Amino acid sequence: MPFGNTHNQMKLKYSSEQEYPDLSQHNNHMAKLLTPAIYERLRSKQTPSGFTLDDVIQTGIDNPGHPFIMTVGCVAGDEETYEVFKELLDPVIEDRHGGYKPSDKHKTDLNPDNLKGGDDLDPNYVLSSRVRTGRSVRGFCLPPHCSRGERRAVETLSIEALDTLSGDLKGKYYALKNMTDAEQQQLIDDHFLFDKPVSPLLLASGMARDWPDARGIWHNNNKTFLVWVNEEDHLRVISMQQGGNMKEVFNRFCTGLTKIEGLFKDRGHSFMWNEHLGYVLTCPSNLGTGLRAGVHVKLPNMSKHAKFEEVLKKLRLQKRGTGGVDTAAVGGVFDISNADRLGFSEVELVQMVVDGIKLLIEMEKKLEKGQSIDDIMPAQK
Amino acid sequence: MAGPFTRLISGRNTAVLLASLGAGTMATGFLMTENNSLVAEAKKMLYPPSSDFPDLRKHNNCMAAALTPAVYAKLRDKLTPNNWTLDQCIQTGVDNPGHPFIKTVGCVAGDEESYEVFAELFDPIIKDRHNGYDPRTMTHPTDLDASKITNGVFDEKYVLSSRVRTGRSIRGLSLPPACSRAERREVERVVVMALAGLKGDLAGRYYGLGDMTDKEQQQLIDDHFLFDKPVSPLLTCAFMARDWPDARGIWHNNEKTFLIWVNEEDHTRVISMEKGGNMKRVFERFCRGLKQVEQLIQERGWEFMWNERLGYILTCPSNLGTGLRAGVHVRLPNLSKDSRFSKILDNLRLQKRGTGGVDTAATGDTFDISNNDRLGKSEVELVQLLVDGVNYLIECEKKLEKGHDIKVPAPITQFRK
Repeated sequence: MPFGNTHNQMKLKYSSEQEYPDLSQHNNHMAKLLTPAIYERLRSKQTPSGFTLDDVIQTGIDNPGHPFIMTVGCVAGDEETYEVFKELLDPVIEDRHGGYKPSDKHKTDLNPDNLKGGDDLDPNYVLSSRVRTGRSVRGFCLPPHCSRGERRAVETLSIEALDTLSGDLKGKYYALKNMTDAEQQQLIDDHFLFDKPVSPLLLASGMARDWPDARGIWHNNNKTFLVWVNEEDHLRVISMQQGGNMKEVFNRFCTGLTKIEGLFKDRGHSFMWNEHLGYVLTCPSNLGTGLRAGVHVKLPNMSKHAKFEEVLKKLRLQKRGTGGVDTAAVGGVFDISNADRLGFSEVELVQMVVDGIKLLIEMEKKLEKGQSIDDIMPAQK
Repeated sequence: MAGPFTRLISGRNTAVLLASLGAGTMATGFLMTENNSLVAEAKKMLYPPSSDFPDLRKHNNCMAAALTPAVYAKLRDKLTPNNWTLDQCIQTGVDNPGHPFIKTVGCVAGDEESYEVFAELFDPIIKDRHNGYDPRTMTHPTDLDASKITNGVFDEKYVLSSRVRTGRSIRGLSLPPACSRAERREVERVVVMALAGLKGDLAGRYYGLGDMTDKEQQQLIDDHFLFDKPVSPLLTCAFMARDWPDARGIWHNNEKTFLIWVNEEDHTRVISMEKGGNMKRVFERFCRGLKQVEQLIQERGWEFMWNERLGYILTCPSNLGTGLRAGVHVRLPNLSKDSRFSKILDNLRLQKRGTGGVDTAATGDTFDISNNDRLGKSEVELVQLLVDGVNYLIECEKKLEKGHDIKVPAPITQFRK
């Protein structure tokens, strides 16, 4: 909550044992790593804006998790969270991001010319291509912790910057709280509209406060470049189109992002970034690139194959239903995207998707013909 | 809003801002380390109350009606002794715009002092919700002498069950929206220890939500005793479901007629109930049980939150005063179809709910009928009102059965003119 959480001082009159959460039923990264000793050392700290350890972990306490799915269980309230609470967050990051160490450096590469191929994914299989990431504006608290004033300031800044985009990026902003019924229906039909979060993972962290104040959607007139303002992050930036031309999608993504970053800088604001964590976002799972590049692809045969999961794992890809995270696939159509976010650059991750999808389609074609796929099984990336 | 000040707020530029606020180098260096309240100060300058004032134009709740920009500006930066803020009180009302037909309260207290520190907001809300009761000038009567109730045994041909509930808060510990885990566990410890001292028909046992067996859970469900994690956004947006199910539980006596919920929407909810129409006995047990629990906690140096301005202090302003809801499940097949039913209830200061509780619809002809009011009348007065009202409803039902006509009674007086 805004303006300094002095409430934390009051809790200190109870001992650490008395305050330590019951995590005995829990399965998430935070619960696995938050020992009583770490809790004791961190409980008296707070970030300059007043975000405390209990604020970081509340969502993980309230959402014990699932035996099969390991959620993160903690969030950042501002950029400094990752510093002040590094004793907890470094192990969480290491656990979540495949062994990424506190001393590791993350590369940022948003030069689309470095991507090889990707303009020819077979449209008989690939229905659509999409790349998304998030950006946080330095100097403002993140969605779990921001005040209404801050959130509105982020919105105002974003609108100012996005309004100056031109050419194929020229577009318009639709504030959630005052769109007309016609505009709302259009955004739903375009699959652009985001709604108030219902996931308890998000609600428990305080991200849905004051909904729909200062939330909105900006998109270009071509409907291929889209920015969400003040949902789970300050900004979510999405480039997408029908078909399999991932290269074009990634081109537009990089161009758009770079332009937007420049426009914010012109107004005296940078994005939260550092050379260890890359781009800083609300959820530790989105650190680094915050990038998810994916396609909707038809794999009716491959998805029934016993080795499907193994292949995905080797390719460092993950599958989701076409409704997004936590949905099931319908009709053999899957959302396949990169599993990693941190420790690989943007170009490297999109390359993995492009190469991986090519291979999966090859396998699908072989299975269609009744052939085996054993000879084209990939090595672990 | 973004302008020159915003640039200054990032880490290394705070020094420049501090200088502009008049802090010297040494002071700046000292203040920029552990004590983060300085950044809070800088932020307050950067974000005046007007920049934070919530957008309540689509809202229909008591808080939205009472919270003006001037009141917000005055109260935004205040803290209760437990460091609870106005924004935290009103968050549930901001997040839940309400319904055109149903006016919710839209704010909660985080501690006893919320009602004082934020009185400029809470007092008009209390007046609005409690029919003109003015906490600045009026006092609330407490009366738990059940012997005063007359005609308190209903015709069981109509009344299926009788129930009285209230809440109690333990003074010195924060309320469910604000409490830390340690405080919540302390509430549980204090209450469970006290309840262990109850004897005779009140002797019973405690079931912690987190560690009951499947069998115990099923029994509590069958008895209609089990409460679950709140799903209503009115409660979840007020931070009451944090750390569920830690330190939550249910206590009931062996006879299953006296039940206490621990750490749900209030520190405790106390319920006396039984099948049939003996409301007098239900209320007698209610008063006796409450008094005994109070005595047991006092022996250990604790007391309930109470003052003569607001009566018993509970999380939601709607439950101040007595916090009492006395009700029956009653069959009214003829009366419920009469067009005057609602008016009759209104004038008798009664409300109807479905038999699933608040926000449920009635099934068949059986209704949950209870008192509307909580504050400004004592427990005895409210239960008597309920008793007289239900007896009147039964008389109406009997008349309609025989084909006779009924009369709408004159309205019972309220504070509001």
